[in-house]
Amino acid sequence: MAKHHIEATVNGDAVEFLCETEETLLDVLRDTLNLTGSKEGCASGDCGACSVMLDGRLVCSCLVLGCEVSGRQVETIEGMAKGESLHPLQQQFLKSAALQCGICTPGVLVASKALLERSPDPTETEVRYWLAGNLCRCTGYDKIVSAVMDAAATMRKG
Amino acid sequence: MRYEAPESLEGAVALLASAKDARVLAGGTDLLVQMRADVLDPELIVDIKKIPETRAVTEEKGGWRIGAAVTGAELKEHPRLKKVWPGVIEAANLIGSTQVQGRATMGGNLCNGSPAADSVPALIAAGAVATLVGPKGKRDLPVEDVMLGPRKLALEKGEIVASFFLPPRPARSSDAYLRFIPRTEMDIAVVGAGVSLTVDGAGIVTAARVSLGAVAARVLLVAEAAQAIVGSRLDAAAQERLEAAARAVCRPIDDKRGTTEFRIQVAGVLARRAALIALDRARSN
Amino acid sequence: MTETNGHANGQSNGHPQGFVGTRQIRPDGVDKVTGRARFGADFNLPGQLIGRVLRSPHAHARIVSIDTSKAEALPGVKAVITREDFADQPSEFIPAGEMMMNYKDVVRNVMAREKALYEGHAVAAVAATSTAIARRALKLIDVKYEVLPHVIDVVEAMRPDAPLLHDDLFTVGVEPKPEKPSNIAKRVEIKVGDVEAGFKKADLIVEREFKTAPVHQGYIEPHAALATVSEDGSTELWTTTQGHFIVRAHCARLLGLDMGKVRVTATEIGGGFGGKTVVYLEPLAIALSRKAKRAVKMVMSREEVFKASGPTSGATVRVKMGATRDGKFVAAFAELKYQAGAFQGSPVQPGTMCAYAPYDIEHVHVIGYDVVSNRPKVAAYRAPGAPISEYAVESVVDEIAKKLGLDPIELRMMNAAHEGTKAAYGPKFGPIGLEATLNSIKKTEHWNTPLRKWQGRGVASGFWFNIGGETSVSLTVNEDGTISLMAGTPDIGGLRAALTSVVADELGVPYEKVRPIIGDTGSLGFNFLTGGSRSAFSGSMAIVEAAKQIKNELIARACKLWEAKPDQVEFKDGAVRPLGALAEKVKPMTIAEFAKISGKLGGPIGGVGRINAQGAGPSFGTHLVDLEVDPETGRTTILRYTVAQDAGRALHPAYVEGQFQGGAVQGIGWALNEEYIYGEDGKLQNAGFLDYRMPVASDVPMIDAILVEVGNPKHPYGVRGVGETPIVPPLGAIANAMESATGIRFTELPMSPPKVLKALKEQGRNKA
Repeated sequence: MAKHHIEATVNGDAVEFLCETEETLLDVLRDTLNLTGSKEGCASGDCGACSVMLDGRLVCSCLVLGCEVSGRQVETIEGMAKGESLHPLQQQFLKSAALQCGICTPGVLVASKALLERSPDPTETEVRYWLAGNLCRCTGYDKIVSAVMDAAATMRKG
Repeated sequence: MRYEAPESLEGAVALLASAKDARVLAGGTDLLVQMRADVLDPELIVDIKKIPETRAVTEEKGGWRIGAAVTGAELKEHPRLKKVWPGVIEAANLIGSTQVQGRATMGGNLCNGSPAADSVPALIAAGAVATLVGPKGKRDLPVEDVMLGPRKLALEKGEIVASFFLPPRPARSSDAYLRFIPRTEMDIAVVGAGVSLTVDGAGIVTAARVSLGAVAARVLLVAEAAQAIVGSRLDAAAQERLEAAARAVCRPIDDKRGTTEFRIQVAGVLARRAALIALDRARSN
Repeated sequence: MTETNGHANGQSNGHPQGFVGTRQIRPDGVDKVTGRARFGADFNLPGQLIGRVLRSPHAHARIVSIDTSKAEALPGVKAVITREDFADQPSEFIPAGEMMMNYKDVVRNVMAREKALYEGHAVAAVAATSTAIARRALKLIDVKYEVLPHVIDVVEAMRPDAPLLHDDLFTVGVEPKPEKPSNIAKRVEIKVGDVEAGFKKADLIVEREFKTAPVHQGYIEPHAALATVSEDGSTELWTTTQGHFIVRAHCARLLGLDMGKVRVTATEIGGGFGGKTVVYLEPLAIALSRKAKRAVKMVMSREEVFKASGPTSGATVRVKMGATRDGKFVAAFAELKYQAGAFQGSPVQPGTMCAYAPYDIEHVHVIGYDVVSNRPKVAAYRAPGAPISEYAVESVVDEIAKKLGLDPIELRMMNAAHEGTKAAYGPKFGPIGLEATLNSIKKTEHWNTPLRKWQGRGVASGFWFNIGGETSVSLTVNEDGTISLMAGTPDIGGLRAALTSVVADELGVPYEKVRPIIGDTGSLGFNFLTGGSRSAFSGSMAIVEAAKQIKNELIARACKLWEAKPDQVEFKDGAVRPLGALAEKVKPMTIAEFAKISGKLGGPIGGVGRINAQGAGPSFGTHLVDLEVDPETGRTTILRYTVAQDAGRALHPAYVEGQFQGGAVQGIGWALNEEYIYGEDGKLQNAGFLDYRMPVASDVPMIDAILVEVGNPKHPYGVRGVGETPIVPPLGAIANAMESATGIRFTELPMSPPKVLKALKEQGRNKA
């Protein structure tokens, strides 16, 4: 069976790739496009470590087929920093020690960025419920939530 | 495994009717998980997201027609739906996580055939009607008649759910959906309760529909529970009748998510709580 | 919040106040927030094959035959391995950190031999040119099983008529020696004084039995390994592990390789908590690569992680404590039955030792049983064994407080172990922080906030010994004066930040001029694994040694250069400085200046720290939790949580706080919702994150962390390990809070809603 030939945009760059029907977007990102920043924690949409943006919508890339992204825009963790400038969220996570092992961090950052783009002044509860799909086993979420709220404040100042 | 993305309902129907084992792909939040777990190995995947009827939200005859492949997140962002059907919208947005809500659809949630599906009790309480399209043409089916049992649907070969119709709302009507899960998010409903009702100017319930999920082999429309509160102000006595009626129809299983006795007990509690929220919302509508 | 009281000697041990104790940006941080950091599954080699494992569908079965011929014939399959590819290992117990292991068991856990002993037990493995082909190949392997009756529960497994897992397992530690094999591997015991006499002096005796279920460490990153074996047997392995030197030792032993020929790199690791201190995929990947003559990459699925990597024990614990009416504990007894999974080696011994460690009690008797059953072999999980026994003890302590009408903190203070207390398990404590943590909690606003109906408050204390162990680090001064640190203990949560601060302060150089890496097994002397809360403690100690060598070398060079004697110079603030009259003749020379001319003065400048770190100080913690129960559904919401724990000296306060917070939330999950659920068929029903319910962000509040610092006098900076203690108090604290909220003492974990609702309903109290 011939593979699908897909053209899409990833982090602003035009890409093309071949994939089998059953390959997920996560498989394609990691194994074909060598973008290993998105992680596989469960392959069933329960942990959020594979979070990416698809046409501006936060999704689990393990729940999207590679062939579904034809003509679409994908944004991954690798596209979050602009050149040498880290995104305020990335900077705040470092300042606040909001990561320990770091495996959940790419997914959490992508999800947090999606939140702040929609809701620039979220409450602690809103942050926690928005991030409920991003499992972290190391931090207990405390410093993650603080970092998101502090980054939001920084970003509101412009 | 083939993948097709037809741009018309007829195209989708033809593809589904032709293959021996074909599956519809909407949000993929159930299908992909089952494929990865080797539970499903379809020869053909039919992606319906390019079909306009499945993606549209339109007003129709005073009611709303919602495409089967509209995502929970899109429903939440619709400027007016939340005011008319808050229960349906909140139910669709309880499925999974923010990421899952970005993809999951009510069509998929129904057709996955799980009695614990979150949006189904809310749709049934709302009196939603599913419009099916198949090789023999179009037909309408009340949502409570679509899921017959776990993974068993009333759809014929080649039929798909194209959209849902939510009926026009009288004044002072609203709905609510509550589910019980052990955590605050991310769990499959152990019990789900959807209530839709209308009150009159004096605060008396004039119409109601009550639906329970995860307490039987299919999602239940509980007429007796509705009767228990129609004509009342949802006072304490009516609430007790409602709880009892809800519990009486439960035939739940014992599984890793909850025991039989737990589900029965909580079904009554949630039916009551959902009814009170719906009442509160209806009074201000 | 940091409170430094008691012995704060670490703060003025001659170390300049610089970066230690401050919140620097971790050196590996930028890579982690950009997705650049490479974890186990992020490594690839050209031409690599994908390896996958065939696992037993039965909980207990004899493996009659394995026919791999059809799999081997499938195009794209380059190697298939079974038990035939691993030499049997003689029985030999080897210390593995906080537990003992036996290679006879290890080789059988890595690849089943005579029997499959749990659902998920590895039976064969293939390497193929794609994942799809590998999965298809597994389906073509024909295994004939003779299914046997299985046993899951620990008490069931102890019965004389229980299905027997090993016919050569005879209980050690009982007299007379048993003639028949059983599932009871070992009986351990600690005894001080005479508990029977002690109980006679008690005004109040409380006896309870508790039950816990197995819980998994829950790391988000599945196990992953990439191996490549050359024709001459040299092996390179990348693996996500807490101990790459241990991995090397295991693989060399299991595959008959010289250790020097096996080079293991520890990738960045996405969580371990003890679960990545053993081998699963590594020997398989190496064996497949050796056979296929190509690199082989293996990654576990989430289902495999739950079914085939070790959770911690489920257990039954009986506790009996006696106290005078004033609250003095006079006697304490406990009997612990821990299940080890398919092979012996549950953490019942540390469970036994930790049970009463926070208290100074004259008569103590604790018995422990290590029991096998048809579940995956347990692996260490953060303070292995202690959360279970201390849950039981802290619950009974709470009950004693309630029955005597005493404040639970006061009761603990009255009986608290302190400096000079001889612990029931042996050693005499030096300065310790238990009382300090109890005081810290007592002073919080949290403790003094009123509660509403159906809200409850619970407090509990906990302890972990912490260890030191073999550690090798290398410090190199580069030609431009920057410093390279090579440590050998994988960084599981901020270690490199802490160690960088230590190097910077030791050598008086800016933090950014120090770059740390975790070296592979070919680059350093032996390092014991990251575990036992030892990596910051031991690593910093070894750095002090290495830095001393550099400082001494620089002083020697300065003396030669300046024709001076050692008492005329000193090393201070990053430079060798002339003292007294010499200062008029020569100017100080910085490390960088020496580095520039190192060739002229004798060669490269560096130091090595190779130690067996001693003097690890225990870390005590006290947790305080408020929760609310919905009486109509049994659902519990954690409202507020405070941790006070003694870190000795926090090298990096934020990452120490992070340990407190992370351990507390793991404890919340363990107490309320996490458990392995088995069916009648012995199969795991919840092998995924959907139904193995770990806390999500919306399940928990902020976790207030109070850093107590009672310096450890045996460490140059006063450091105590902190990583494990945080998971010890939560179970007891939450159970005590539940009792406070509902009036019901829950003696079975998790306290999930169906259990809570049932208990309330039985009392007719399931109403708001």
